[in-house]
Amino acid sequence: MATVMGAEQTTRSWFWRLRDSLHRFFDSDIFYSFRRSPVTVLAFVTTVIFFVAAFAAPILAPFNTNDVATLNLMDAFRPPAWMAGGSSEHLLGTDEQGRDVLSAIMFGTQVSLIVGFLSVIFSVVLGVGLGLISGYVGGRTDHLIMRIADVQLSFPAVLVALLLFGFAKAVLPRGLQDAVAIYVLIVAIGLSNWVQFARTVRGSTMVEKSKEYVQAARVIGRSPFAIMVQHVLPNVMGPVLVIATISLALAIITEATLSFLGVGVPPTQPSLGTLIRFGNNFLFSGEWWMTIFPGLALVILALAVNLLGDWLRDALNPKLR
Amino acid sequence: MSANDALVSLSDLSKDFDVSPPFLNRLIERQDRLLLKAVDGVSIDIPRGRTFSLVGESGCGKSTVARLVVGLYTPTRGRILFDDIDMATLKTQAEIEPVRKRMQMIFQDPYASLNPRWRVSDIIAEPIRAHKLLSGRDTIARRVGELLVQVGLAAADGVKFPHEFSGGQRQRISIARALASQPEFLICDEPTSALDVSVQAQILNLMKGLQRQFGLTYLFISHDLAVVYHISDYVGVMYLGRVVEWSDKRALFQRPWHPYTRMLLDAIPDLEMTGRQRIPVAGEVPNPIHPPTGCHFHPRCPYANDRCRNEVPTLVHKESSEVACHAVLEDRLPEVTVSGEPANATAVC
Amino acid sequence: MSQTGNTQPLLRVENLRVEFPTRRGTLVAVDDISFHIDEGEVLGVVGESGAGKSLTGAAIIGLLDPPGRIADGQVIFNGKRIDNFSYEQMRRLRGDQIAMVFQDPLTSLNPLYTIGKQLTETIRTHVSVDERGARTRAIELLNEVGIPAAERRVGQFPHQFSGGMRQRVVIALALAANPRLIIADEPTTALDVSIQAQIISLLKRLCREHGTAVMLVTHDMGVIAETADRVAVMYAGRIVEVGPVQDVIKRAQHPYTHGLMGSIPVIRHDVERLIQIDGAMPRLTDIPSGCAFNPRCPRVFEYCRVERPELMDVGATRAACWLFDEAREQAGGAR
Repeated sequence: MATVMGAEQTTRSWFWRLRDSLHRFFDSDIFYSFRRSPVTVLAFVTTVIFFVAAFAAPILAPFNTNDVATLNLMDAFRPPAWMAGGSSEHLLGTDEQGRDVLSAIMFGTQVSLIVGFLSVIFSVVLGVGLGLISGYVGGRTDHLIMRIADVQLSFPAVLVALLLFGFAKAVLPRGLQDAVAIYVLIVAIGLSNWVQFARTVRGSTMVEKSKEYVQAARVIGRSPFAIMVQHVLPNVMGPVLVIATISLALAIITEATLSFLGVGVPPTQPSLGTLIRFGNNFLFSGEWWMTIFPGLALVILALAVNLLGDWLRDALNPKLR
Repeated sequence: MSANDALVSLSDLSKDFDVSPPFLNRLIERQDRLLLKAVDGVSIDIPRGRTFSLVGESGCGKSTVARLVVGLYTPTRGRILFDDIDMATLKTQAEIEPVRKRMQMIFQDPYASLNPRWRVSDIIAEPIRAHKLLSGRDTIARRVGELLVQVGLAAADGVKFPHEFSGGQRQRISIARALASQPEFLICDEPTSALDVSVQAQILNLMKGLQRQFGLTYLFISHDLAVVYHISDYVGVMYLGRVVEWSDKRALFQRPWHPYTRMLLDAIPDLEMTGRQRIPVAGEVPNPIHPPTGCHFHPRCPYANDRCRNEVPTLVHKESSEVACHAVLEDRLPEVTVSGEPANATAVC
Repeated sequence: MSQTGNTQPLLRVENLRVEFPTRRGTLVAVDDISFHIDEGEVLGVVGESGAGKSLTGAAIIGLLDPPGRIADGQVIFNGKRIDNFSYEQMRRLRGDQIAMVFQDPLTSLNPLYTIGKQLTETIRTHVSVDERGARTRAIELLNEVGIPAAERRVGQFPHQFSGGMRQRVVIALALAANPRLIIADEPTTALDVSIQAQIISLLKRLCREHGTAVMLVTHDMGVIAETADRVAVMYAGRIVEVGPVQDVIKRAQHPYTHGLMGSIPVIRHDVERLIQIDGAMPRLTDIPSGCAFNPRCPRVFEYCRVERPELMDVGATRAACWLFDEAREQAGGAR
């Protein structure tokens, strides 16, 4: 195409390529199986709703629960709108500080999603990178990386988080601790999840390495790094996407667990887990909505993402097609 | 045939693979190291502008020789001379690159030899970009289009992905990629074995045409003797890692010397003589990890004697061929008829 | 080469049509083919990949992978119609009357059972004999197919045999119940040239001795030349030419067969360029109307694009080509 078109069109050729790709996607078998599965469509829609609610929270949420100045203690402990004592202003009720539960959930989801996403990206980059090197280079490097992976697996996320937090507390001055907490959390969850990516990518890399297009690249004289990144990587990313989606659900729950245990995000930026934790204190004194609604939100979000991951795995499995 | 006009010269080229059991097993079970001698002392000369074919059955090492020449494996022993340059003397990247640029490879499997995620134009342009032969997107694109047309495809095919093409078309793309850096020497590893007969004819015609047009030298690996007959100028026969005979095509097919060559030629199903009664030679290719002593072929050879069982034969000049066979040296072989059937054939099916 | 007195062919395939329903429409992989095999004769079915020859064999023996199915036509074996047999009836027929030899000896044998066990199991399925009798018969069969030291080897596992030996065992399994017909799907393609020769020789000899008919499916014309009595050439799911093997090879009538023969390199037959048929066999989704070969045919004329030709007598063979129908040829202005 570039031979025929002039400079003007080559700068816009990315547009045609994108449109081309989209056309191919909507015509593909994957999209067809998507359309045919009502559960998947529902899961997708649900996830989209959560995303929009979370990231458009500053605009959509009825109240900005993070702004302490807007809180009114008189509003505290209001039950949900359909119960006696509830008001239509606070659809899902309020907590002990007068925060609107619905808005808190939306902002909380934002934190959960950010932590979830960033930790998955961390895992993917670390895992895929190590897996590629391990699979392509082989030999002692491979053994070393796999042994590190084995050691990593024996540390659960919670333990890693506790270790990292303890370390951070000892090293950093007081003021920085809260700001850094979220990053420590991301690294902790990321570190506990990279092994599955590394293993899958290593296996696929070893398969691709023996294929003739890799040998052709070696004959041309490409460096091992160039071959790994430009040739092998695009061909091993398939399963990574599936694992990443399911990992996201897991990361969100892990973050909630850590926050629930008090080792997660600081209370000034509550995530769903934090909300559940604080609300838990009031569960048996009758104000059940403070913990149940965030809990439900967490479950639905994790389930939706999980179902999407399931569908993706089946759709991408050539044997089932 | 003088060695002076040989573009590529192999002397005693060898490659051993370590197939020993893991260290711990060897320690505990007291096992020895196991060495697979995939290529064992190959010495041939490939003349400039001609096609030299290496033919043999599975496990004979011909594909390994191809990979040794192109640099995918390092030799255990022996020397590779390319245009009088000893490949082993090239140490730095700066020294190796200009030489490697002059040789390219075409692979057997049209489905695995092209990266499924790359567009055809990128696949063909890769050598150009890697060796910085041209610069500028339009210049490169024009060259890619030229190459596509040269191999019988259309310039517009560049935007497509490999899976949109048939096996034969993919081999054409592989050939275009191999030609992109304007090499002098092309190593072809069974390029038509995975293709249908009519497509094979197209590719063979194309390769012959390109050779004439650009003065290319081919090292052609194949197990199909008929294809080898059609495309080669010189043919070498390999058995279990060694070259047992090599000479120019006509001499080899009309006056084969080595018993294995004779057996191979006799085993080919012949389109001309339908329903002919053949007496195939017995036995199968032995395990390459524990090959027979002396001449590898002696268990299946009707002319084997004690010397064959103990002494490895070396390539010796006989009329217009190079043969590695004691029986030939000792003149113990019967005369051969034109069709390749010896006066007395042996063994049963 | 029918047996004396028996004028009825052993296998008759009439208007067979094999289809694959997909979400983009129905693909026709075998389109209305008819042929027959006499008792004890070897029919070669040759064609390039995608021609439908393997599917034909699979359809006859009832081993079509779903969603593939026989959409039309009949398969008549020994005078009885078998394409509408139930699973159970087909299962009893298989191995007993019709046996199959596949391409890859590595996957045809179960790696977990000894050769002896697989043989005796097959024998006892079709012949009522006890374990000892079956074992004796198994050793007999191994001897027949040329496995040395059969007594000892009968207790070994498939991985202890080489490729050629495994294929012999597979042939032994096929012959175990003395079938009337063997369908061999590319039996020598995965083997080395010298082993190929041995296996072809073996197959020929055994089939002559037992009077078994063979449907030999392959893309290797050389194997057909050595082994078959008659050959059918397939293209895009249709039979384009059928006849005695010498005639089809040396005096091919159909332009595709002619081109095919010319594109095969022959030793000691020097040509500058091999005959080249431009283009490739059409994909199942894009089969041209009329004669499937018309876009690539050097002798095409108008009528070829209109209607599909039936097999017509041309000398010793039958070819599906309008060139041999005088009326059409003249009307269409053929060259």
